[in-house]
Amino acid sequence: MIRFDNISKRYPGGFEALSRVSFHLPRGKLAYLTGHSGAGKSTLLKLIALIERPSRGQIILDGVNLNNIRNKRIPQIRRNIGIIFQNHHLLYDRPVFDNVAMPLVIQGYRHRETRKRVRAALDQVGLLNKEKVDPITLSGGEQQRVGIARAIVHKPALLLADEPTGNLDPELSREIMELFARFNLFGTTVLIASHDLDLIKQMKFPTISLNKGMIESNDLLVPGSLGQAV
Amino acid sequence: MPKKQRKGPEKNSKLVSYLTHHLQMLIASLGYLSRQPVSTFMTSAVIAIALALPAGLYIALDNASQLSADWDGTTLISLFLKDDVNIKTVEKLAARLGQSKEIEKVSIINRDQGLKQFQKISGFGDAIELLDENPLPHVITVQPVVDQQSPDKVVHLVKTLQNEKLVELAQLDMLWVKRLYTLLDVAQRGVWIIGSLLALAVLLIIGNTIRLDIQNRREVIEVSKLIGASDAFIRRPFLYTGMWYGISGGLIAWLLIAVSLGIMDEPVQKLAALYHSSYELSGLNSNDIATLIAISCILGLGGSWLAVGRHLSEIEPS
Repeated sequence: MIRFDNISKRYPGGFEALSRVSFHLPRGKLAYLTGHSGAGKSTLLKLIALIERPSRGQIILDGVNLNNIRNKRIPQIRRNIGIIFQNHHLLYDRPVFDNVAMPLVIQGYRHRETRKRVRAALDQVGLLNKEKVDPITLSGGEQQRVGIARAIVHKPALLLADEPTGNLDPELSREIMELFARFNLFGTTVLIASHDLDLIKQMKFPTISLNKGMIESNDLLVPGSLGQAV
Repeated sequence: MPKKQRKGPEKNSKLVSYLTHHLQMLIASLGYLSRQPVSTFMTSAVIAIALALPAGLYIALDNASQLSADWDGTTLISLFLKDDVNIKTVEKLAARLGQSKEIEKVSIINRDQGLKQFQKISGFGDAIELLDENPLPHVITVQPVVDQQSPDKVVHLVKTLQNEKLVELAQLDMLWVKRLYTLLDVAQRGVWIIGSLLALAVLLIIGNTIRLDIQNRREVIEVSKLIGASDAFIRRPFLYTGMWYGISGGLIAWLLIAVSLGIMDEPVQKLAALYHSSYELSGLNSNDIATLIAISCILGLGGSWLAVGRHLSEIEPS
């Protein structure tokens, strides 16, 4: 699903956020991306979502070389990805329902279908009764779950999460991680960036750990390089 | 019998979803503006004033040229006849000219009549009495049929009359009309220049307002881009917002002009009455109103297009 070949990312000013990163995340797998803050986790996710472009190397996403994607086609690529942020990125000028429905509205889903899917997504994150509520009135954990509902409502093949449990207590964090594991059971490929090492150990999924932009340990080797892909 | 549930397509066709979104944004942007009525009104009012000024000048010019058209009826051609022509021949010529299609009215000024008039108004009465004989010729005054569309026809008529055997000199008394027309022409150019400058101002006002809107809705734009909204999709609400600013500005401009004309009407009628005329100010007809609204709508779209083109690409998710 995602394949990085010798990816380096150098920001203007010379800071190298990633250097020579290679890995392969097969379709239908869940993996963790760990490392200290500043290790390059966010940059890696941004490269997949085409928020940033690599300085060197190539990324193959679902069989498509992202280097060949022009800016005009970026929206098309992003429609197949669900992205979850640490700070939710919810819009506080509209109720929960409208927040979750955004990806469907953008893709032109019928009204009836939109209602159905938004309800289903909210049900999966356990917030079905909150659809008319303003997001600002929800707790941090609930807001994060609204963000997750928005990321899965259009059933993307790939789910990216950047520190989804960053602001949550251990109990809630565990719930969120189990939610991701459940989506993965239904076939969604999931990549989660997190520095919550204890929790990651408990979850027992393959892990890539980054340190200062370089791969420290990798359970997801590129097939044909040093070992087998997990 | 169990009812078969037919499952329709999940998504609308591209065209339908495109049109649906346009319609939604058309209404949503109106809703967005109506939720902040004070700032919307202020922006629209500024636009309205900028539009009402050139439109009002245009109407003033329109009225002025109508006024001058009314006075065209007094255009006269004077035919000074040759010295040796006797009054009988003059009457015959006048009768012949009177039948021409191009001529409205013909009248004769007998040379003796002419002399008396001249004595009266020139102040040279005593001097003229010393003359042995009347130096003035018979004169025929011709009032041509004036065709608004082609003032050249009158000039042509003058040439024809000049070629008459008995005519010494055919003179068109139209110089002041020409002057007025030229003056109106100059004024019209002025209105165009002012109008263009103010149109530019409207463009910039709307552009700047939309720029602020874009900054205020930065979060929405970022999130929309992240979940795969195309640029066109993100652009749409701003373009419609600009259009509504333009339209509401145009409507208020119309109101301003109507009120101004209402205020002017009474003194203008009084003035006209002093000239023994029943002149009435003509306001905006439906054509003018449609043009005004169309122009303001286009300026609104144009201004927001400029702002959106410049500032939307600056906002990228990070």
